[in-house]
Amino acid sequence: MSNPTVNTNSLGDSETKAGDPIEKIGGATATYVDQRLGSNRFLGRNLGKVFPDHWSFMLGEIALYSFIVVLLTGTYLTLFYNPSMAEVIYDGSYVPLKGVHMSDAYASTLNISFDVRGGLLIRQMHHWAALIFVAAVAVHMFRVFFTGAFRKPREFNWIVGVALTALALGAGFTGYSLPDDLLSGTGLQIIRGILQSIPLVGTWAAFLVFGGEFPGDDIIPRLYSAHILLIPGLILALITVHLMMVWTQKHTQFPGPGRTNDNVVGYPLLPVYMAKAGGFFFVVFGIIALIGGLVTINPIWIFGPYTPDQVTAGTQPDWYIGWLDGALRLMPNWESVIFGFTFSWNVLIPSVIIPGILFTGLALYPFLEAWATGDKREHNLLDRPRNAPVRTGIGVMAIVFYGILWIGGGNDIVATAFDLSINSLSWTLRIMLIIAPPIAFVITKRICLGLQRRDRDKLLHGYESGRVLRLPHGEFIEVHLPLNEKELAVISGKEDLRVLPAPAKADPDGVKNKMYPVQNLRHKLSVFFLGDNIEKPSQAEIDAGQAHAAHGAELEAPLHEYELLDQDPVGHGGVLHHPGMAKTNQEQIDQRQ
Amino acid sequence: MKFLSARRRNPIVALFLLVAALGLTGISYSVVTTAKPAEAAMGSQTQVEEGKKLYLEGCSSCHGMDAEGTLNGPTLIGAGAAAVHFQVATGRMPLAAPGAQAVAKDPIYNVDEIAAMSAYIASLAPGPAIPTAEDLSYEGADQAKGGELFRINCAQCHQAAGGGGALTQGKYAPSLMSATPQEIYEAMVTGPQSMPVFSNETLPISEKQEITAYIMALQDAPSPGGLALGRLGPVVEGLFMWVAVFTALIAAAVWIGIKAR
Amino acid sequence: MNDQHGTELEPTELGSTELGSTRPGYSPIAPISHRSRVTDTDPKAARRAERQVATMFMLSMVFVVLFVIAFIAIDKTTVVYIPVLGVVGASNVALGFTFGVSVFLIGAGAIQWAKKLMPDVEVVQQRHDMVSEKADENEAAANYERGKEESGFARYKIIRRTLIGALALFPIPLIVLLRDLWITPAGESPAELLSTTMWKDGMVIIPDIGYEAGKEGTADELGIRPEDIPVGGLVSALPIEIGLLKAAKPNLIERGKASIILVRMDPSEIRSQQGEGWDYNGILAFSKICTHVGCPIALYERRTHHLLCPCHQSTFDLADSGDVVFGPAARRMPQLPIGINDEGLLVAKAPFADPVGPSFWERDLT
Repeated sequence: MSNPTVNTNSLGDSETKAGDPIEKIGGATATYVDQRLGSNRFLGRNLGKVFPDHWSFMLGEIALYSFIVVLLTGTYLTLFYNPSMAEVIYDGSYVPLKGVHMSDAYASTLNISFDVRGGLLIRQMHHWAALIFVAAVAVHMFRVFFTGAFRKPREFNWIVGVALTALALGAGFTGYSLPDDLLSGTGLQIIRGILQSIPLVGTWAAFLVFGGEFPGDDIIPRLYSAHILLIPGLILALITVHLMMVWTQKHTQFPGPGRTNDNVVGYPLLPVYMAKAGGFFFVVFGIIALIGGLVTINPIWIFGPYTPDQVTAGTQPDWYIGWLDGALRLMPNWESVIFGFTFSWNVLIPSVIIPGILFTGLALYPFLEAWATGDKREHNLLDRPRNAPVRTGIGVMAIVFYGILWIGGGNDIVATAFDLSINSLSWTLRIMLIIAPPIAFVITKRICLGLQRRDRDKLLHGYESGRVLRLPHGEFIEVHLPLNEKELAVISGKEDLRVLPAPAKADPDGVKNKMYPVQNLRHKLSVFFLGDNIEKPSQAEIDAGQAHAAHGAELEAPLHEYELLDQDPVGHGGVLHHPGMAKTNQEQIDQRQ
Repeated sequence: MKFLSARRRNPIVALFLLVAALGLTGISYSVVTTAKPAEAAMGSQTQVEEGKKLYLEGCSSCHGMDAEGTLNGPTLIGAGAAAVHFQVATGRMPLAAPGAQAVAKDPIYNVDEIAAMSAYIASLAPGPAIPTAEDLSYEGADQAKGGELFRINCAQCHQAAGGGGALTQGKYAPSLMSATPQEIYEAMVTGPQSMPVFSNETLPISEKQEITAYIMALQDAPSPGGLALGRLGPVVEGLFMWVAVFTALIAAAVWIGIKAR
Repeated sequence: MNDQHGTELEPTELGSTELGSTRPGYSPIAPISHRSRVTDTDPKAARRAERQVATMFMLSMVFVVLFVIAFIAIDKTTVVYIPVLGVVGASNVALGFTFGVSVFLIGAGAIQWAKKLMPDVEVVQQRHDMVSEKADENEAAANYERGKEESGFARYKIIRRTLIGALALFPIPLIVLLRDLWITPAGESPAELLSTTMWKDGMVIIPDIGYEAGKEGTADELGIRPEDIPVGGLVSALPIEIGLLKAAKPNLIERGKASIILVRMDPSEIRSQQGEGWDYNGILAFSKICTHVGCPIALYERRTHHLLCPCHQSTFDLADSGDVVFGPAARRMPQLPIGINDEGLLVAKAPFADPVGPSFWERDLT
């Protein structure tokens, strides 16, 4: 058994370099650069940087890599796309639109699709990659949320992530609008309606954005500069900040053997992580290219050029805007006129207020939770979602809320696909939007607590081996075995936080506590967050429990003897278990010997 | 590949021939045609009687003994031969089961029987006639113009790709992907069920032909970008991205994380 | 669980576990049990893995060549039947497939290399709290004090206040400059523009036939006669002067406001209208722009007389003043009063009484 070699050599080890001209040149270059930038100091410290390995840590990478694909393909598209609303008569190779009047933007997009070789591939890659980018951002955010990776010291990075999410939506929507086809134009028409609904400044906002009345001929060039310069610039800057923070703070890790809050266990950047992460870039890139080649996305030629008096059934935005469209659809038709001024609640609430609340809530969540739980420690070990039942419940509640809005955004497609009435579907969704999220919260929290109880049992008694013994007096027992190293470390990695003490209304001297309402709120919140948690057993109890189970496991339960008895074996499930049973087991076996 | 796409056309050509044959039959039975298509195409007396018999057996329970309509079905006086042909030849009538709207299925009556019933209803009062082959010929019609008209008049219900869409209370606009030129024409002039009427005065026959040409091109269109996903737009695309593409990416991530054997 | 692990190696067998006692560039190995891979123990397996990885890189190169060939050889209009995909564009599929596979194989090869041949022993690095050392903190504080002292920021109150004022005003020009995003024509306000359309008394109604609408021909040729619309009929229509407008901009803007639909129902079915006698023998004219957020809306059900918006499912009852019966729209669909002129053509009898399209702040003030 040979010792596996760990890590390749660092720069400057002359022994391995000798003779290889390429390495010589590389070394010389490194020295040249180092003399000007001091780069070796950075490389020396960072080439061996350790990254923990878990598939869910790759979600952010999917976002990063699909964003790179979006940048590359987008750059290519700018070479052929013309962001102009000037009217042209189409004369390209797509026959069903020949001779149709359309904007130059639409014509040039058709041109990319039909007359530039490979243009359609790049367009489709760009669009698929954009959908994947937003999806990866969202799922990455879920992972960070449910594992508590946003806790101290990573709150700033969470906020950067929330900003990136908002920018991703903006990037997607501005891009969706650029081809100036019937679908995207209808989307812009809706945006105009939303802008117009803003109190006081709405009409002016709409007129300034569109350069006058809708649709005008300014909006496409304006969206274009936002889509290719402003938004991607901001995204790039924030991604840089995001990654620098991850680099400085080192990646979080799940609890496991050898992993503590003060270390990081994983593979060094060079070569393993570099090969895996770099390889994953090509895998993501390759899958996007494959999908771009094999599956159509946004066949703009079917929808035709945008005209404000035409529309198609099934008018929908891309998936990531679907929830906002769904909110618009499900909203009751409230509007009020106060002192002659119109408040369009039916538009304002779903398109401005709800997303505003959701994004603000997201950004503030880490601070809210830390305040409510009084948790001021640094966290480098991740929570298992079950160990933070309220947080997990809130997350699932938000996902259910979002999901119902999302289904609402496609309610016409859902209605036709499943032969439902769109009216009753809308009403069902309206009602579910109110009642389903709280139910989801309660169920999730209960499941989490149940899992916590099971974990506690495992620590105290070992795991249920599935081996069932029948004792001479007829009782069935199940043999418990000690947990393996990994599971033990994972389960006992749970951190218990205490509920904050209830504040006193007045101090012993009778001086009124002015902060009482705030402190009491905080106390109640901490009860809400932590009150139901199942406490982890003490280390002594765990050791005792595992030792006990180990002892039980040593007893070779003579299963074959029971088989000889020709009795019905009892299945794995439904076995009663109560403390002390292992002892009884042992007594019985002792007796027989 | 021309060979394959030619093969693909086959059923449509066959349908077209069938439709043309039907149209010719209609002409041969009709009394001298006048310029106005709204005038009833009168069938021969025997055909009308045959049609009446079929009507009394299959339709009168809902539409009334004299086609005057009942609570269960509208009057057919003035509905015209085109309406009868559309409803019966697409299997929508007789109604299989009460529901939000009649569902297309395999027709119950054969070509002759449908012609007879059409002749009977047409004999009651003038109404839209079964279109002639000339009405239906979209040869050389400008499909680009047809596309524009389609987006103005049809796409709001039938979707830009002709895939159909939802209406209120469980009703829906059906997909046009297997509609024949005759059905398209008849639907436009008769306005079956929820569909409004697009008369030949506001949407002339030449424009109907252009629309037909566009729908036929849509039915026959290859998908330049790969798998078409039903051409139903962003909802299906989003679903595909989550179900297929994102799952593949996660699978790749899991593969990277699994320790090699 | 335990028995699935292969050979269990004691951490000590793998090298030093003592932190800090390692060679430069090497991190200490994590003190956890480790299972060796087949490629660690069997040189043959290692060579097989090597060949595997090299094959992937090799195939990647082959697919790049195939990509270039496909780019040159396949005409962009060729279609091909592929099972599952259907009849698809040959060029797109070939390019995407070759490009995708070639890129994918680079990644798969690299990952396979890392998984099979690079060390899979986890190593440990220590973390440190993010908080700075006390000395650093003191230095920062000292520097701040020095800066405060030297600048006199605390002393020169007037400087401090005026600076804050100046900085507060600094962004104003940047915001003011945005004012001319809309070069406002003299005497026009957004509310007025949103409240007016081309329709006026006597304006002939013509069917919408797309770009050509209203372009050539006299009112007599283009207009609609009441008898042209049968009961149950639907016509998307425009004012005749739409064709006189210059193409592009003003035309599209007016289309976005002035487009209407004409429907005809049995006069006995009309329960109410927005004005007395605004129909003509059962022909009603309504705006085509939804009052919710402005989607064009022409999804008219002739039986129920409901008009459904395909964007957000607002439903209006055209037989009952265009009132909202379902969905998020709060306002009824504006009705256009119509009649006939001397030539017997349908015309508008007055402009829209309500602003068309989505609500806005000043809507009820105009």
